[in-house]
Amino acid sequence: MDTETTERDVRAVLATVPDPEIPVLSVIDLGIIHRVAVHPERIDVAILPTFVGCPALDVIRGMIAERLEARFDRDVRVETTFEVPWTSERITPSGRAALREVGIAPPADPSEMRCPLCDSADVVMDSAFGPTQCRSLFYCRGCRQPFEALKSV
Amino acid sequence: MTAAAPPVAGLDELLLTIADDEFVIGFSDSEWTGIAPMLEEDVAMSSLSQDELGHAAALYGLLGEVTGQDPDAIAYDREPDDYRHARLLDRGRGDWAMTIARRYLYETADAVRLEALADGSWQPLADLVGKLRREERYHLMHIGAWLERLASDEGEPRDRLVVALETLGPHAGTVFTPLQGEGSLVEAGVLARPMADLEKEWRSRVRDTFDPVGLPLAPATADPWLGRTEHGEPFRWLWGEFTSVRRSDPAATW
Repeated sequence: MDTETTERDVRAVLATVPDPEIPVLSVIDLGIIHRVAVHPERIDVAILPTFVGCPALDVIRGMIAERLEARFDRDVRVETTFEVPWTSERITPSGRAALREVGIAPPADPSEMRCPLCDSADVVMDSAFGPTQCRSLFYCRGCRQPFEALKSV
Repeated sequence: MTAAAPPVAGLDELLLTIADDEFVIGFSDSEWTGIAPMLEEDVAMSSLSQDELGHAAALYGLLGEVTGQDPDAIAYDREPDDYRHARLLDRGRGDWAMTIARRYLYETADAVRLEALADGSWQPLADLVGKLRREERYHLMHIGAWLERLASDEGEPRDRLVVALETLGPHAGTVFTPLQGEGSLVEAGVLARPMADLEKEWRSRVRDTFDPVGLPLAPATADPWLGRTEHGEPFRWLWGEFTSVRRSDPAATW
């Protein structure tokens, strides 16, 4: 067993665990990793739910545990916490770029929202509520396309 | 199942009442999924309902940690009379105006209640409330816009809204039904102020919105202590719906 495992090693593996709803984002990009504690026999990870009722949470916990157990050969405990609230500012700059790549606008104040397809600022919010709890619906008058944006919380 | 004593007297009652409120309004309004007046609203009401059920799950989870009970058992295995949601949320879905009126009264009351819990001394609840408020902000914006829209159209939309508000009015304040243990909750700093104070604050805020546009807010007429214990037929029907899957196979795992 590798006894020299550090938090940094664990975070490097977490950077390969995708968000199940938006797989271009890793759980690191998404900013949900709150705390990593490496013990000789166990690794503890505390994650922050993006939304309180996020139905993907159990899947994410399972994926994190499975990936870390396979890599570090020890018990992994993943707990959720609200010690600090997850906010949309926690998404990393590379995460924001990855979202734009797949046509989802990263979170922004509606007045600063830009179309992820053509970069126009001439956009309107259709509805604060979209197909998942964390997304809103917008329309771009520039390229005349609807698009989704991650909700700013 | 025997429940352990909570760290602060009355905490279990407080968690149960908020959880039941969110659970019942979440289930009621999820009935609009597929049949809301327009597609965007179908999506929005479903998303709002999903938020509320998530909030209920988190609150039942905290309650489970406090009492040692299984959160799913708390949510699904009680008889209808053992639920502690506010009477305001008791009636059936009704028409769209009824749904908007009920949700407006509830969301504004919930906002006042969450404010009074945000700096509370029991950290797990204060932490969760911080997160809940970030989501509920969107609910308030959305429902506020609908209320304004229905109120500003002369004719049927406004007439229906007024009827709904008059019907719900007597029970509107039941979100602030006094808790048996609220004295100790206030003393321990879990809850900033007694429910009666919060109700006054809420009434004054609602009046600020309603009075200029001539919408009615009836004074409370119900016995203030019965606001969370007496449930009518529409709730028994809803209870039958939301417990049906659980009752069909109580031992199932998901």
